[in-house]
Amino acid sequence: MAQGVFDVAVVGAGVVGCAIARRFAIDGARVLILERAHDVLDGASKGNSAILHTGFDAPEGSLELDCIRAGYAEYREIHARMNLPLDPCGALVLAWAEEQQAALPGLMVQAAANGVGDVEMLDRAALLALEPQLAPDVRAGFRVPGEALIDPWSAAHAYLYQAIQHGAELLLRAELLTAERQADRWRLHTSAGSIEAGLVVNAAGLWGDHVERILTGESWFQIRPRKGQFILYDKPAAALAGHILLPVPTKLTKGVVVCRTIFGNLLVGPTAEEQEDREDASVVPATLEALRQTGETILPALAGQEVTAFYAGLRPASEEKAYRIRADLERGLVTVGGIRSTGLSAALGIAQHVARLAGRAPGVARDWPEMPVLAQDGARDWQAPGNGGIVCHCELVTRREIAAALEGPAPAQSLAGLKRRTRVTMGRCQGFYCSAELARLTEGRFTQPILAGAVDHAG
Amino acid sequence: MQADVAIIGAGPAGLAAAAHLGLMGVKNIVVLEREPEPGGIPRHCGHSPFGMREFRRVLGGAAYARRLATRAEAAGARIHCNTTVIALHPGPELDLTGPGGAERLSARVVLLATGTRESSRVQRMIGGQKPGGILTTGALQGMVHLNHQRPFRRPVILGTELVSFSALLTCRQAGIRPVAMIEPGARVVARAGAAVLPLLLGVPVMRETRITEILGRDRVEGVVIDGPGGPREIAADGVLLTGAFRSEATLMAAAGMTLDPRTTGPEIDVFGRLAEPGYFAAGNLLRPVETAGMCWASGRRVADAIAVHLTGGLPCPAQGLSLRIDAPAIRYALPQILFPAGPGFHKSIQLRVSRPVSGELRLSQGGGLIARQPIRALPERRITLPIPRKLGEGPLSLDIEEDA
Repeated sequence: MAQGVFDVAVVGAGVVGCAIARRFAIDGARVLILERAHDVLDGASKGNSAILHTGFDAPEGSLELDCIRAGYAEYREIHARMNLPLDPCGALVLAWAEEQQAALPGLMVQAAANGVGDVEMLDRAALLALEPQLAPDVRAGFRVPGEALIDPWSAAHAYLYQAIQHGAELLLRAELLTAERQADRWRLHTSAGSIEAGLVVNAAGLWGDHVERILTGESWFQIRPRKGQFILYDKPAAALAGHILLPVPTKLTKGVVVCRTIFGNLLVGPTAEEQEDREDASVVPATLEALRQTGETILPALAGQEVTAFYAGLRPASEEKAYRIRADLERGLVTVGGIRSTGLSAALGIAQHVARLAGRAPGVARDWPEMPVLAQDGARDWQAPGNGGIVCHCELVTRREIAAALEGPAPAQSLAGLKRRTRVTMGRCQGFYCSAELARLTEGRFTQPILAGAVDHAG
Repeated sequence: MQADVAIIGAGPAGLAAAAHLGLMGVKNIVVLEREPEPGGIPRHCGHSPFGMREFRRVLGGAAYARRLATRAEAAGARIHCNTTVIALHPGPELDLTGPGGAERLSARVVLLATGTRESSRVQRMIGGQKPGGILTTGALQGMVHLNHQRPFRRPVILGTELVSFSALLTCRQAGIRPVAMIEPGARVVARAGAAVLPLLLGVPVMRETRITEILGRDRVEGVVIDGPGGPREIAADGVLLTGAFRSEATLMAAAGMTLDPRTTGPEIDVFGRLAEPGYFAAGNLLRPVETAGMCWASGRRVADAIAVHLTGGLPCPAQGLSLRIDAPAIRYALPQILFPAGPGFHKSIQLRVSRPVSGELRLSQGGGLIARQPIRALPERRITLPIPRKLGEGPLSLDIEEDA
């Protein structure tokens, strides 16, 4: 159990919480991260489009834009030191209809105003030269060279591990139940015991307003979960698109993206569906089928390619488009709410902003975690000797990689956590070949086990 | 590494081919197996019988797998386990990785015997949440028979194929009590004998019923089914997806080789050859699942062809004639390429239908009927049509004249 008084307690171990914990820990604070789930990244951060955005289409002059720009810059600065991948493939913003085409110049002006000045307008011929598989009825578009593919989970794990290297502690299965502010400190009562901290950062994502009410008795924002369903094609489809293919965005959503993943697949999604439930990330076959059709209208050669996975993510949107970030240092509280869709890109920038709000002087990192290479074109462990053999044949995950994910600063506590750390069972067979071996390797290691128990009398 | 014949997959087909090639005097045979032990799927099938055709006795899956491996090794083949083929190249050449890291292998012949796997939840497009406890039979049998582990206690079983009843037996052996067997079709797919099993075990079979949604955040809590009585929820702590086999043809797809959308496997000629020089295929990779004994026979047959190929005795692939399927009721037929000179080593065209059919199966060439056979077939039955001793030139067509 975490002892003593912490300088900072971060509520929520999503990508934003992990980045904030990292910032405070590097800056010399004694940090505790509280997470209600069995493992980290179990809420909004478990499903997204895995893109590092430049902010070219973010609202001008917004805090969101500042955080995306700062987060983007810091990621590019630090990713190599942590072995985190970056595929600087660039994005094409595409117009398929006349009104979309009419919106292009305005978007380019906005991009320039947002500090993304290297965009270039392209006509149909130029687009088809860049992306020969694009449907030929594309009208026009522009290229944003800075948009990039990253590994959404390795990045967040790296932030967490670096926080832990700098003394942060992680408390899992610790749901915040009640809280009291006493003079200069908080006393937080969680399902895993009580702790004390000077400053609380509410980074509870989908539960942000709920946690705000526990802390202050009321919430000044309401979370409106917005579900995004995705389909993921098998690796041969990744050859069909080099760039991230974005439609001209609407007010509500960036729209359906078609892009490769850093793991060598191709994804189509997300949808944007408002719902009440904060946990139900159900996929709906009719919606997935519609996504497949949308994908095929953009890249006709996707017809006949195999879909090997689907998933849904829940974005912690609020009743307003803007990020809901506010500091009340009298009360020892910084609220980071409503990080509706750009959290992965902005996380490091949000962390900088929060540290500034809290009045911390920036520190310098002493240690850097070395993350395992999971990117398709990276030097993967299966290529190196002594890897113990491959367990997950679809994603080429080795016994050594699995062993490493079961050790380390924040060992996997569930199959979902192990998937995010290693990619096991994420491939085309979805566990047909490796589930038994994984159940064997992880027996007794997870707080949320794969198994319902041992066989009493195997025949 | 160099080999005369490199066989990918140490299941019944690959091991049968290895043993048979060794006995025919082929010297440098390697079998590449990515699992820690040879034997393939039978290794973790709990049910009998295996081995009637091959060893003239009834064996359990694990014992059968060991015998196949022993026989291949006795014939001089070297089995490399924990060795994964990463990519296929012309030559043939293979990129491998094993305990010693990555390496390249060149061979005179590569035999693809990578088998089959059951369709995943994604391929079946079952919606809902993504909790733990959704498994295929292959995964369940590995957990129960290799590890003595129990992934769930009260699952629903989707499917009524032969493998579904194998899964039911495994459940019984492990003290797992399935809530129901769910079959989207109007009939239980597997033959009558197996169909009485769930009655004996007290498991209700729900026909014309689909699983539309899986419920549960961390673990399966239930499923929504839609059947004759309308949609409803049933409680369960697992979902067992059985059957709906598809070829494990990933390496081929990645290498840009042609796959037959009907079988999900490679296109082969009557010698088991692929279009790519030096590549052959056998076993369950060729089409949705058949028994281990059938795969074993397929491995022996392709070994005969490979032995002739190594002496330069097979006809030029350019003479091949594509077999066109002209009846919508035919789900697949193979081999996909026949030769004017006659049957080669696949003596028959093997096919299955997608619905119950009765009528006459007809093979014609250039408009003229060259073989015919009355059929009365169900989807789960394998149908064979002997290939005429001599075919002429011209395109081939396979059709069914259905009874009115």
